[in-house]
Amino acid sequence: MATKTNRASAHLSTVVPLQKASTGIRGLDDITAGGLPRGRSTIFCGGPGSGKTMLGIEFLVRGATEFNEPGVLLAFEESPEEIARNVASLGFDLNELAAKKKLYLDYISIDPGQIQETGEYDLDGLFIRIQHAVETVHAKRIMLDTIEALFSNFSNQRILRAELRRLFGWLKDRGLTTVITAERGEGTLTREGLEEYVSDCVILLDHRVKDQISVRRIRVVKYRGTQHGMDEYPFLIDENGMSILPVSSLQLRHKVSNERVTSGVPALDDMLEGRGFFRGSSILLSGTAGTGKTTLAASFADATCRGGERCLFIGFEESPAQVTRNMKSVGIDLNHWVEKGLLIHEAWRPTQFGLEMHLLRIHKLVEKWKPQSVIIDPISNLLTGTTQLEASSMMMRLIDFLKAAGITAIFVDLTSRDINLESTKIGISSLADTWILLRDVELNGERNRCIYVLKSRGMAHSNQVREYLITKNGVDLIPAYLGLGGVLTGSARIAQEAKELADATAREEDIQLKRQQANRKLLVIEAQIAALQAEAAAQVELTEQIAQQNSERAEQSQLDRENMFKSRSPVNSQRPARPTALRKAKP
Amino acid sequence: MPKPAHRNAGKTDILLRLYVAGQTPKSLAAISNLRKICSEYLGGRYKVEVVDLLKNPALAKDHQILAIPTLVRQVPVPLRKIIGDLSNTEQVLVGLDVRTFDTANRAAAKVPVDAKRTAR
Repeated sequence: MATKTNRASAHLSTVVPLQKASTGIRGLDDITAGGLPRGRSTIFCGGPGSGKTMLGIEFLVRGATEFNEPGVLLAFEESPEEIARNVASLGFDLNELAAKKKLYLDYISIDPGQIQETGEYDLDGLFIRIQHAVETVHAKRIMLDTIEALFSNFSNQRILRAELRRLFGWLKDRGLTTVITAERGEGTLTREGLEEYVSDCVILLDHRVKDQISVRRIRVVKYRGTQHGMDEYPFLIDENGMSILPVSSLQLRHKVSNERVTSGVPALDDMLEGRGFFRGSSILLSGTAGTGKTTLAASFADATCRGGERCLFIGFEESPAQVTRNMKSVGIDLNHWVEKGLLIHEAWRPTQFGLEMHLLRIHKLVEKWKPQSVIIDPISNLLTGTTQLEASSMMMRLIDFLKAAGITAIFVDLTSRDINLESTKIGISSLADTWILLRDVELNGERNRCIYVLKSRGMAHSNQVREYLITKNGVDLIPAYLGLGGVLTGSARIAQEAKELADATAREEDIQLKRQQANRKLLVIEAQIAALQAEAAAQVELTEQIAQQNSERAEQSQLDRENMFKSRSPVNSQRPARPTALRKAKP
Repeated sequence: MPKPAHRNAGKTDILLRLYVAGQTPKSLAAISNLRKICSEYLGGRYKVEVVDLLKNPALAKDHQILAIPTLVRQVPVPLRKIIGDLSNTEQVLVGLDVRTFDTANRAAAKVPVDAKRTAR
């Protein structure tokens, strides 16, 4: 009925976009741009154990539980009891759904030995059964698993193929969204060429084992009338059903933040414009063994939690308890953050799963805890034994996922001493926004740690090499000695610094001495000047005294002469003219 | 609801059920072919039910019916199925495995062979 109205409206408006039935499996909806074609048929093909039946059942179950679209499961190979048991491990209760009339399970057993064919026949019996099932639960979705079992049941291929063609037409007319599973054939998509009848959507499932680790993959081979992801996408089937790894990497459209987050080491923040990392950026922390990568990462975790944010710390080398103990020795108490629920500390062995499973676990943890920062320690360990292509593709997906979620991520990368430090074997350096390199410098019988910022996108970061100290109060950075002999660290730096200090002190003392000498000399000169001045003053005074005495004597003699003159001739007053002339001539 | 048996004469050694879906040419042909075979070869020792699945779709589950028409031999065990319009009497008899019942009647055993030849 629904299809009829669709067709009618298709005549009225020019184009009606293909309607889709959501699978409820996020990754699958992503790559099919919304789900399977509604009211049409889709083939899930793949080899044994590729997950066809699981995927089909999940489509039915999610349809029934999440989209209120009841479904019919027509099983040809396994009885409903077996199927119900099989999918119980995925958390699906088929019997309960069947009891609620959300799902109709029908088992069509095939025993070719019992059947004799004579004359013309058709598959109306099958049609009637399907119709009965569909009407019982008002089904919108139907799965036929695996209809090619019919090929072993009926020897008359001509009739069978004609009937299959009629069946798919019949299902389409009823607007049923159909899923057919089919075994993959040699060189063909399906063994019996079912894709010939079902041409709307073909999804190929694959199951490969590489290095003893199995990887499932899914690919949309064909999807008529819609765009879809063309690549092979890894997927997993676990206790929550199927998960296709998110395809957010199809697009490079992350939101960016101008906000900064501290690295947990103030001196390192100073090297990054004094403000630390950008929020949501990916930071690569590489270095050789024992350079303090985990300590730096733990400092960051500590700083994140201190800011009241959640941090997810995923370890691949050390157990949470071990990391906690070790970090305590450098003054970082991770345990109380765990108790406060701010630090989520997880660890598992890299060899425990395949790459995809790792990625998925990280995804699930991130989705569960919604942390503001994620630390993966070390990423290099995780990627051991993978090819460059797989590793970088995995990293790309992981980084894209974290970036899209706005999570600041630190990837600890252990580099081997043999290879160039400034190249990561994973080839993720180009994906990282900030790259901090830790290295050790061996000199004078000791080994010291150095840190520098190799790159940091979008900021004027320091170009300096700093010495990296792990103290019992955490990480500290001090400027390394840069001199003629190169970068000096550790005791060499201390010796050099002491020498410089001694030199400086000596120079200072010398100057002090010279200054004292000069001062003394100044005092002497001043004393001499004072003495000379005193001498000169005495001279002047003496001269003045002589002059004074001289004038007094002159006055006295004048007075004497006048007295004498008065006494000799008191009547004769013509004589005083002579002493006047004598006075004038005196000086 | 199974229809009443077409023929029910004396004791029943053979219990047959014919599944059809409505009055299609194939179904009608099967009913008429079966009637003929029964009367000619099975004597009075059989019982036939005709089930129309259009009326009772749930019954299709009992005998795992897919093809129409399907003839099921319920008794004697084991269960046997013959699909098609039953136009080939020889194959129907082989499928029903009724010759064992007819070993005493040589003429009856020969007739189907002749019938087959004439049919061709």
